[in-house]
Amino acid sequence: MSSQVIQARGLDLTFRTADGPVHALKDVNLSVQRGDFVSFIGPSGCGKTTFLRVVADLEQPTGGEITVNGMSPAEARRARAYGYVFQAAGLYPWRTIGGNIRLPLEIMGIPRAEHAARVARVLELVELTGFEKKYPWQLSGGMQQRASIARALSFDADILLMDEPFGALDEIVRDKLNEELLGLWRRTGKTIGFVTHSIPEAVYLSTKIVVMSPRPGRIIDVIESDLPAERPLDIRESPEFLALARRVRDGLRAGHGYD
Amino acid sequence: MKCVVPVLTVLVVFVALWYAFAVVLNAPWARDRAERAGTELSFTALVADTWAQEKPLLPAPHQIAAEVWHTTAEMRITSKRSLVWHAWVTLSATFAGFAMGAALGILLAVGIVHSRVMDLSVMPWIIASQTVPILAVAPMIIVVLYNIGVQGLVAKAAISAYLSFFPVVVGMVKGLRSPDRMQLDQLHTWSASRTQVFGKLRLPASMPYLFTSLKVAVAIALVGAIIGELPTGAQGGFGSRMLSGSYYGQTLIIWSALVGAAVCAGALVGLIGLVQRLVLKRMGMAT
Repeated sequence: MSSQVIQARGLDLTFRTADGPVHALKDVNLSVQRGDFVSFIGPSGCGKTTFLRVVADLEQPTGGEITVNGMSPAEARRARAYGYVFQAAGLYPWRTIGGNIRLPLEIMGIPRAEHAARVARVLELVELTGFEKKYPWQLSGGMQQRASIARALSFDADILLMDEPFGALDEIVRDKLNEELLGLWRRTGKTIGFVTHSIPEAVYLSTKIVVMSPRPGRIIDVIESDLPAERPLDIRESPEFLALARRVRDGLRAGHGYD
Repeated sequence: MKCVVPVLTVLVVFVALWYAFAVVLNAPWARDRAERAGTELSFTALVADTWAQEKPLLPAPHQIAAEVWHTTAEMRITSKRSLVWHAWVTLSATFAGFAMGAALGILLAVGIVHSRVMDLSVMPWIIASQTVPILAVAPMIIVVLYNIGVQGLVAKAAISAYLSFFPVVVGMVKGLRSPDRMQLDQLHTWSASRTQVFGKLRLPASMPYLFTSLKVAVAIALVGAIIGELPTGAQGGFGSRMLSGSYYGQTLIIWSALVGAAVCAGALVGLIGLVQRLVLKRMGMAT
């Protein structure tokens, strides 16, 4: 199997709206390698979420091509290639945390005998061991989002797609979850696509930062990060970190045609 | 416990107003009789008379209570004059109609949510069906049903069902559509089938809506059964009680039937509320 996980060539997506066509993605070329942590950053309307949704077969491109694990997005979805984490945890209030994590397993027809072991393993990965029998309303927002990450990991997809998963959380919780997410990525070796609009978050987490710009949504810069894999939180004050952050900020500024 | 005083105050005011209106409305008849007998009524005698007439325009609460007590506790429930027997006649039609209406409502809602054609074609007819004044067409429905061999309980239940399916359709459509875009996208990423989307997400998400609409539906199912009894003549039930009461000016009979119907409706709504609490608690959604 090749190390190319996501390969986009000349990808276009135009939404037809009442106000005329909106170019959500225009001529997007990108290749993501196995084990990459890729952040997509840019102002709203730059197509970062749209790109992730195309990868997940939630939107259909109007031009160009895209492959996920060498397959079309629809085939990759059916092959359980990725787990998707949305902005809100979206846990079912009538299911316990364990029940919520079992939901995709039930839908995919994974044998019941495996469920308990899988639930225990992913709860440990997100540090929620012991919360299996709790209901979502008994957990804080940060814990709910961790449970939703556990749910996306439960069926062993190689790719984790995350659409501003920590956007609704306060900064202290966010820092902690970012640190945990990095640890989880190192331990599992998954390929992660992560949408954010926070520059420090993108630089701290990523091996590759994709800077995007709106109207039409396109890629301005792809920055390979040379930060070490082991990243304590205070790396954010190092000169290397600040240099990367500046390059991202310059890219974002250049993308705005109006200044 | 803090609510006891205000609640009792409202009750006392309500009962006092009732007694006052009984005096005002029944006084002309009392004066009329006194005049014909050539006697003069003192105020206290007038008040006492207006609260103890045999066929008052507005019976006083204690008269209704006595009539209800007489026709429930003091009679065998198999007697045709027993309010309990009449209640059972109406309730059996209510249960049958409610079951039919709820089942029909749920089925229609499932169809409407899953088929755009059904949404566009059936929904307007469902709404139109409720603009028909049921009191006006109930005799017609009873007659039509009689001619095709349907009568008695089933005919009454049909009117109950006709009235009670509507809130269930509206509530269930809303409930089955309550999952948001994100939750549906989530299931799509797991390649869930339509049956799975229905069973795992839409149906459980609709439960609070279902119970709310069932509460409305059961109360109108009872009204439907009573309406269905009006044109069938005196075969039993609250409806026939009210009808015969109004034929003979027996206001006490009418009022005791009204009280009986109100108590039944309250009990039915309460029962559904209880089931709702149990189900939602079991689902972990107790509020």
